[in-house]
Amino acid sequence: MAIRTIGAALLVWALALSYSVRALQRPSSLPLPTAAAQSAPAPPAADQPPGNADCFGCHEDDSTQRQNGTPVVVKPAVYAASVHAGLGCVDCHQDLEKAEFPHPEKLAKVNCATCHEEAVAKYKTSVHARARQGGSTLAASCVDCHGSHETRSKTDPTSATHHLRLAATCAKCHGNAEVIARSGIPADVTKQFADSIHGRVLAKSGLVVAPTCSGCHGAHDILQPKDVRSPVATANVPSTCGKCHEGIALQFKAGVHGQLLAEGKRDGPACQTCHTAHGIQRADQAAWQLSVIGQCGTCHAERIATFRDTFHGQVTALGYRTVAGCADCHGPHEILPASDPRSPIAPANLVATCGKCHENANANFVKYDPHANKHDAARNPVLYYISKFMTVLLAGVFGLFGLHTTFWFSREVRARRERLRTTDHKGTA
Amino acid sequence: MTTAFSGERHITRFSRADRVLHGLLMLSFLGLALTGMPLLFSTSAWATRLARVLGGFAVAGTLHRVFAVLLIGVFATHLARIVRRVVVEKDHSVLWGPTSLVPQPRDLADVVQHFRWFVGRGPRPAFERYTYWEKFDYWAVFWGMAIIGGSGLMLWFPELFSRVVPGWMFNVALLVHGEEALLAVGFIFTIHFFNGHLRPEKFPMDIVIFTGRLTEAELQHERPAEYARLQASGELGRLRAPAPTPRDVVVGRTIGTTAVAIGLLLVGLIVFAVITH
Repeated sequence: MAIRTIGAALLVWALALSYSVRALQRPSSLPLPTAAAQSAPAPPAADQPPGNADCFGCHEDDSTQRQNGTPVVVKPAVYAASVHAGLGCVDCHQDLEKAEFPHPEKLAKVNCATCHEEAVAKYKTSVHARARQGGSTLAASCVDCHGSHETRSKTDPTSATHHLRLAATCAKCHGNAEVIARSGIPADVTKQFADSIHGRVLAKSGLVVAPTCSGCHGAHDILQPKDVRSPVATANVPSTCGKCHEGIALQFKAGVHGQLLAEGKRDGPACQTCHTAHGIQRADQAAWQLSVIGQCGTCHAERIATFRDTFHGQVTALGYRTVAGCADCHGPHEILPASDPRSPIAPANLVATCGKCHENANANFVKYDPHANKHDAARNPVLYYISKFMTVLLAGVFGLFGLHTTFWFSREVRARRERLRTTDHKGTA
Repeated sequence: MTTAFSGERHITRFSRADRVLHGLLMLSFLGLALTGMPLLFSTSAWATRLARVLGGFAVAGTLHRVFAVLLIGVFATHLARIVRRVVVEKDHSVLWGPTSLVPQPRDLADVVQHFRWFVGRGPRPAFERYTYWEKFDYWAVFWGMAIIGGSGLMLWFPELFSRVVPGWMFNVALLVHGEEALLAVGFIFTIHFFNGHLRPEKFPMDIVIFTGRLTEAELQHERPAEYARLQASGELGRLRAPAPTPRDVVVGRTIGTTAVAIGLLLVGLIVFAVITH
């Protein structure tokens, strides 16, 4: 046990050494902060940088505050639990190395790139960094997600950037109505995410295989979806989802929708077009399967209209899943035209496809048109003329009897009035 | 105007069997309309709610088929009774003549005369036992049974029918089933209700189809030709009946009011769905 502790301490120490060139020059300034905090503060010598103990001498005291009254407290215990515990305060607050004490209130901004060069370089390309460059004070910087003195590793379950906690961290801004209104960022999607299959699996089942925000958007180099380099740009979405849903992504890419996307055609859907971006629901739920029919209809307007005229369309519109929706015949992801022999709606496959529900379907049966259009004489001639006949029949019957009824009604009203008038006459006479 | 039934002499117009059959016809028709309309107007908000009230699509579908079988049973019973009267009882008056429901030349004259009366250019036609609009209602059921019943059976057993008819006939079947149902429902719940119950002379309702009797004065006023014929042949005396009991009247009014209320509600929903579509 003791050996292990010593070993761990040595490791932390070695890491700290490698991180800070400055620290190498003054190895004596790297005692464990907790130990240092216990010793009485002494004013640092003018030619020697202050140690952590010197800093905590003032900053662990709850009464330490700026002139405007805001506290500038850093608890040694909090810092000791952070991933940076092995570093000296001046390793980050480098401007304090040579400062006179008490030092000025306004310190230079900490440059995380001193150590985290790659992460900061990525961050600088991000929508957050660009917003900051544009003058935003709300866009996230390093500390907004990672914290400052309390920063913990993302592998630490208590870290704000841990997989199970990241969504809540992003929601500090992206779920905050005030921040949304002031910074013009997209409307709150955090609740949709929390209700989604991904959000629920993370929160309720604690499954870390489900993606959190960074799974799709990236972490440091988050870009707007309209940026073609973004993993959530429409063209990249199938690959992004495919990181986990590889089998589905392969099917999707083989289908007409995936091909449209690959050809750079913007009217083709990607995963989020049907599944939504944040509110993704379980695909085996009837409610979702019914709602996605409407999604298909947002592009396939004529197809959905003719589908709604059929029994399948009527029953699904009523909210019952016992009959076929789009995906039952066309397939969900690898959607292919009827001209492709692999398609479930290819003529040779129709008996099998219809037969999934209609057990005794035969060649005659599949002459049924699941998208019959009564207004299309070329596609459905018999239906077209029968529909015309029915319209004439209904208009004729209601027209003639409507007229008959109107005449009759007015005649009887008149007759009643006359009768009342005569009885009135007799009564007064 | 007299409201008391007991003080007047009554005549039997409909036999008990006819009244029962009409009652079952009403029941099955209302049931079919209620369970079918949600499907026809499936994209309307009320359709979803009505389907749920009926116990869901599957239950509504089963009820629809139960009512369909009932209606087919009523229709078959009626046909069987007609056949018996013609074949067994050798009563050919069913097929032709003043008491037949088969359209007669005089019906055409009645239509013309009725319209003349509407515009004040002549007396009211002297109607016989069945008027032209009643005959239209009657034959509309035959047409409806063939079209809606036939298409309904096709839609009920598509795999079976597909052995004989091509699949696109199911497209046609669904279209005519719905359109014809709309015609039937719209016609019965507006025109038939108006002719039978809601027009000023009958308002709020005529319960002869429930009690089977009407007053002699009513018969004389509404169907003078029939009244004269019955008087001349001496049949009138044989058809005399006691006034319907107060209970019969209440039962008749309750059934009639309920049916009219459901019917008008459905018409309202249909109109709403068509307007908001």
